[in-house]
Amino acid sequence: MIVELGHFALVLALLVAILQMVVPAWGAQVRDARLMAVAEPAALCQFGLLLVAFLALMNAYVTSDFSVANVVANSHSTKPLLYRISGVWGNHEGSMVLWVLILALFGAAVAAFGRNLPPTLKANVLAVQASIAVAFCLFILLTSNPFLRVDPPPADGNGLNPILQDPALAFHPPLLYTGYVGFSIAYSFAIAALIDGRLDAAWARWVRPWTLAAWMCLTIGIAMGSWWAYYELGWGGWWFWDPVENASFMPWLAGTALLHSAVVMEKRDALKVWTILLAILTFSLSLMGTFLVRSGVLTSVHAFAVDPKRGVFILAIMALFTGGGLALFALRARDLRQGGAFAPISREGSLVLNNILLTTACATVFVGTLYPLLLESLTGAKISVGPPYFDMTFCPLMLPLLIALPFGPFLAWKRGDVLGAAQRLMVAAMLAVVALAVSMAAFYGGPVLAPFGLALGVWVMGGAVSELSYRVRLGSVPLLETWRRLASQPRSSFGTTLAHFGVGLLVVGIVATSAYRQERILVMKPGEQLALAGYQLAFRGVAPATGPNYREVVGVFDVTRGGTSAVRLEPSKRLYDAPPQPTTEAGINASWRGDLYVVLGDEQNDGGYAVRVFFNPLVRFIWIGALIMFLGGAVSLSDRRLRVGAPGRSRRVAAAAPAE
Amino acid sequence: MRRAMGKSVRSVLLALLAGIVAAGPLATPAFAVEPDEILADSALEARARHISAGLRCLVCQNQSIDDSNAPLARDLRILVRERLEAGDSDAQVMRYIEDRYGEFVLLRPPVNVRTLLLWLAPLLVLLAAIWIAARAVMRRPSGSAPVAALSEAEEDKLRGLLQEPDGQERDQRG
Repeated sequence: MIVELGHFALVLALLVAILQMVVPAWGAQVRDARLMAVAEPAALCQFGLLLVAFLALMNAYVTSDFSVANVVANSHSTKPLLYRISGVWGNHEGSMVLWVLILALFGAAVAAFGRNLPPTLKANVLAVQASIAVAFCLFILLTSNPFLRVDPPPADGNGLNPILQDPALAFHPPLLYTGYVGFSIAYSFAIAALIDGRLDAAWARWVRPWTLAAWMCLTIGIAMGSWWAYYELGWGGWWFWDPVENASFMPWLAGTALLHSAVVMEKRDALKVWTILLAILTFSLSLMGTFLVRSGVLTSVHAFAVDPKRGVFILAIMALFTGGGLALFALRARDLRQGGAFAPISREGSLVLNNILLTTACATVFVGTLYPLLLESLTGAKISVGPPYFDMTFCPLMLPLLIALPFGPFLAWKRGDVLGAAQRLMVAAMLAVVALAVSMAAFYGGPVLAPFGLALGVWVMGGAVSELSYRVRLGSVPLLETWRRLASQPRSSFGTTLAHFGVGLLVVGIVATSAYRQERILVMKPGEQLALAGYQLAFRGVAPATGPNYREVVGVFDVTRGGTSAVRLEPSKRLYDAPPQPTTEAGINASWRGDLYVVLGDEQNDGGYAVRVFFNPLVRFIWIGALIMFLGGAVSLSDRRLRVGAPGRSRRVAAAAPAE
Repeated sequence: MRRAMGKSVRSVLLALLAGIVAAGPLATPAFAVEPDEILADSALEARARHISAGLRCLVCQNQSIDDSNAPLARDLRILVRERLEAGDSDAQVMRYIEDRYGEFVLLRPPVNVRTLLLWLAPLLVLLAAIWIAARAVMRRPSGSAPVAALSEAEEDKLRGLLQEPDGQERDQRG
């Protein structure tokens, strides 16, 4: 009964979305306030209905209702509650329901908080948002309905792939989707502005918080996926240039570019046409990410839906929204007036450089990901484009970006002074040189480029801190004055500092762990010892154990380092009951220096066990860096001047106020 | 021939996607290079690892043979090591594997007619982006915006004018 209620709510949501798509847009066309006013309640109602549908599905999972085909295929009664809940989006159908739910959530948020938006803009935005919802509701109902019953119901379900039964992966899809789908707001605003023909700095101000929120979720979602891959897949890697990773990385790159170009548009009324294009492209890439993952067109770890009918449907959706958006852009972009002039060396100029490099990097990932598919479908030739290609093309593009990054915030709007900026970056440069010298000396004979990579990370971090300390005149005025200035800095500038610092930390983590990882693969018998990277690893033996829905063999290792008390690591080999599938659980001893990462392998004929031990130096910096970037976004979002729906006019007032 | 192989690869993938793991139920996943494969000569072993990282496991989803626990990947790893022990150079080993398994096995696609666009794309996009940006920045001043930006001194003067009520007088004197 509850399942039918959910099914019904989903159908109703589709109808409400059609209403929301048609009526307000018509109202905006004929300037009828009553028609436009339909958008707001419709958006809220659509969200409510989708929430009912989603909760109904979740209820079926939690109560293990095996009369529902989707639950049978993806759940099992012995699964812990968390994974019965996360199982809802651990499969194709359920994850699409989550997708539209988040879409509707963003629409409802615009309806609820966008009180200061001009009525025609708001009506158009919500209408465009609804059109996306219509497409995806139809997709779910026609090709991927999770509410279908099965008769007779089986006694139990097939279970969820055990490598997906993990806390990080329970939250990874919702965050990732919030990121993907959040960019729909930027898209809807862009389309609405093109329909309306009106575009000013206020537009950027309205769009920025939504873009920022989406970017934050995507950042942390990607980081969480990488973290999961690191400890769950068991070979200690954190990024594989897998097509599905790329699918989420492309919108991230484009979204990062969009965040920066929207700043230029807001402050200087420039880069308008470009920002609109980027808003359209970013969401198009999100749609493409959905397509790549959902259509099964890729042969990759994540692609669990293989059904061409669905693929064609999503391809049609993608073509409609990308093609339609770009066509509208081509028609209307010429009417958009360009704003403020600027010299090449200026804040604007630096943000343009940021956009050039991020867009090119995004295009590179795009080409590398899709080229083999395209080549195979055109000529039948199969080639592989793997990590070596991306390392060779992507990294050189990041190099100038990271070198230039600290300069950006030091350059004035309109026209900047590079020499002045360089002077202020003296400390950061010195820190980078010290880092270079130290790492060259410490890792003599190691990879040649790695010390430069580490120095680059230190340079970016130093640059971020320098910028903040310059703002508060650290050292040149009394400390109390510095403190007062610190307290009066707008939060968005803290956000910038934090995010850039996070980038630097990320770079250090990536370089250190890629260049200086140590690895040992060997057979160990109980009682044997191994020394690696200053650690003493003693193998005590193995013991069987039983979990809620698996059996495992646990290896016991005691780790000491320089006479410290032993830390026990227990890597294991698991065999899940349903579906019967083996997994490995790595034993990880984490510290600031790095992770000692132990994987237990198969028993050998002589009674020993295959053991694989890694030392991944500074690997945590990668995720901590991403987390700091996320926090930077959060701090920036909490800035009153950026607050959702804050009217454009209040900007000057807020900027003039001494403290916030 | 190639088509047929593609089909069988796909069926293995489908099996994998359905959750049926190709390896035996107790073989540990994610445990790629086994201790018994490792060469005694550590320099040779390092080369073997480097080569393996650039070769695709043909029955896997986007994994190198160095990362894969599939039996085929193991066979290839052993083959690589055999070639190295026989005295082949890295390039010769790569060629040997490519001759047997096709271009598809190379994770770094070779530069040829088919992949020219792939390799040139980043550069072309970069140049295009720079060109578009340069054109936009150059053309900007001819629009509604002022023809040239103000000099430092002029900026200061302007700031004075805007802030101080008596700025007008001083400006005229200066």
